[in-house]
Amino acid sequence: MLRAKDISIGYNSGTKHPLVLAQHINLNLVPGQLTAIIGPNGSGKSTLLNTLSGQLAPLAGMVEIQGQAILKLSNFAQAKTLALVLTKKEFSQHLSVLEFIELGRTPYTNWLGRLSAEDHQAVELAIKATQLTPLLDQKCGTLSDGQMQRVAIGRALAQDTPTVLLDEPTTHLDLAHKAQTLKLLKSLAKDHQKAVAYSTHDIDLALDIADQIICIHSGYINIGTPQEIIDSGIIGQMFQSDLVRFDNKTRRFSISD
Amino acid sequence: MSQKIGSVLIWPVLLLPLTFVLNLSLGSVHIPVSYLIKALFSSVAVDQAWHYILFDYRLPKAITAVLVGGGLSVSGLLMQTLFRNPLAGPFVLGISSGASLGVALLVLGSGLFGGFGATLLSGPWALVIASALGSFLVLLAVISASSKIKDAMTLLIIGLMFGSLTGAVVSVLSYFSRAEALQKFVFWSFGGLGHLSWTAVLILCGCVLLGLIIAVGSLKSLNALLLGPKYAQSLGVSLKRSTLLMVLSTSILAGSITAFAGPIAFVGLAVPHLVRQISGTPNHKIVLPSSFLWGSIVMLLCDTVAQIPFSSLTLPINAITSILGAPVVIWILMRRKNLMF
Repeated sequence: MLRAKDISIGYNSGTKHPLVLAQHINLNLVPGQLTAIIGPNGSGKSTLLNTLSGQLAPLAGMVEIQGQAILKLSNFAQAKTLALVLTKKEFSQHLSVLEFIELGRTPYTNWLGRLSAEDHQAVELAIKATQLTPLLDQKCGTLSDGQMQRVAIGRALAQDTPTVLLDEPTTHLDLAHKAQTLKLLKSLAKDHQKAVAYSTHDIDLALDIADQIICIHSGYINIGTPQEIIDSGIIGQMFQSDLVRFDNKTRRFSISD
Repeated sequence: MSQKIGSVLIWPVLLLPLTFVLNLSLGSVHIPVSYLIKALFSSVAVDQAWHYILFDYRLPKAITAVLVGGGLSVSGLLMQTLFRNPLAGPFVLGISSGASLGVALLVLGSGLFGGFGATLLSGPWALVIASALGSFLVLLAVISASSKIKDAMTLLIIGLMFGSLTGAVVSVLSYFSRAEALQKFVFWSFGGLGHLSWTAVLILCGCVLLGLIIAVGSLKSLNALLLGPKYAQSLGVSLKRSTLLMVLSTSILAGSITAFAGPIAFVGLAVPHLVRQISGTPNHKIVLPSSFLWGSIVMLLCDTVAQIPFSSLTLPINAITSILGAPVVIWILMRRKNLMF
């Protein structure tokens, strides 16, 4: 379980006044729950994810994972408790799908990266859960965006961590693949009892499927179940724009006339 | 996976001894293979002249070729993985520019600074020491920069800047120096494998071994880096530490090789790229040993050609590597149609 205790997120850019995006955030990511982080561009979704994953130090407060301060954990200990799924394609296009997933075992292998029987088992489990068996020998450079997202999630699953954080996993996907990816995340939480959190711009889909919503907008943060968030009316005001309108009944956005 | 390692490595393992023997046998004087094997594996000296050519010239040269080709290819591979760029090579960090600055200061500068430098720096080791000092200084600057910088791309640009800086100083020196000195410098920049004594070969061997040990020790982080720096970090790899180790290994390999054999172009850039295409995997457990072996083979072949068998002419090795290598790389890239890192 991942717990944020009264954290402030933002950047310490070396100047006297750090850029604060949101303050006094308290939140829990609980095993079995899917959490969606929503908010307009620049509101701090990525910053929150980076802070929760220990890549960025909070300006105040602290992030705990499995009861320990995340920034105090060693690199490998951190890698055994938390897996990331990123959007940026900085990986080698030459890697096969199998090799990509196998690298998820890096925190567990010896100095040469040799896979043990246990490692092979975890990899197989990840392949089954993401239904990647027919693609194993393909190069990552030849996959479609939807397939690649499944591979990335498979790699995180092979890392076998109680917490998984994903940075906009549904971007660039068509509606059916968005649904497929979100279903996969839901099953990661429910069937594998992981705490899963993802940032997204697909707010209506997040309201459909997530167990918990974290809504960041202009320095404020609201946390609750999808129904609570809708009832609070925050979603309609989130964009501070006359161009879009949110309908509380249908739970969908539409463009204003 | 282990099957794959075997099938990809078996060819170079077979080819290396063949090219090695071919390299020993061919040259201005042809030494028959049957004599070679007799001389190498028993102590019977049949022909004094052949014996001298073999043990005092061709054998150290062939061993140097293996070390130079293999070492440059491995350091090129490390840089390509670190910078996620197939155009990176062992000299992107400015090591060869540093070496050439050192040699230029020695060869071209000794005229400017008068007789004092000339007498002090005329020993047989002078060029090696000047070159090593030059690359070592540039390297120190790059390593100290790399410990402060998070982003590998910035490091790449800093290496390029050091390169143009030292290049400019070399130009200034060349402009003011005499013709003979300039010629000596140009000859150094052609590279050469043939002038190493057994002591020099031994020292080079030690340096290359050290560089390789560091590279092999980094295998796991090299493979994790194939996912990109952010993923590697999330898998527990310390970016700063692994960058430092890779830069250190490259520096030891490319620095020592440049000191002894001059700035040898092309091999370090082309071989790891071709190996990745041939072996069909970027897994460093396969690509690293494969790069060393293929680099050695390519270097031995290039040296054999440079000697121009049955004639007393010798071509500059640095020209041969590019003349032979560039068309091959172009041909392979045209066939594959896509350049994937």
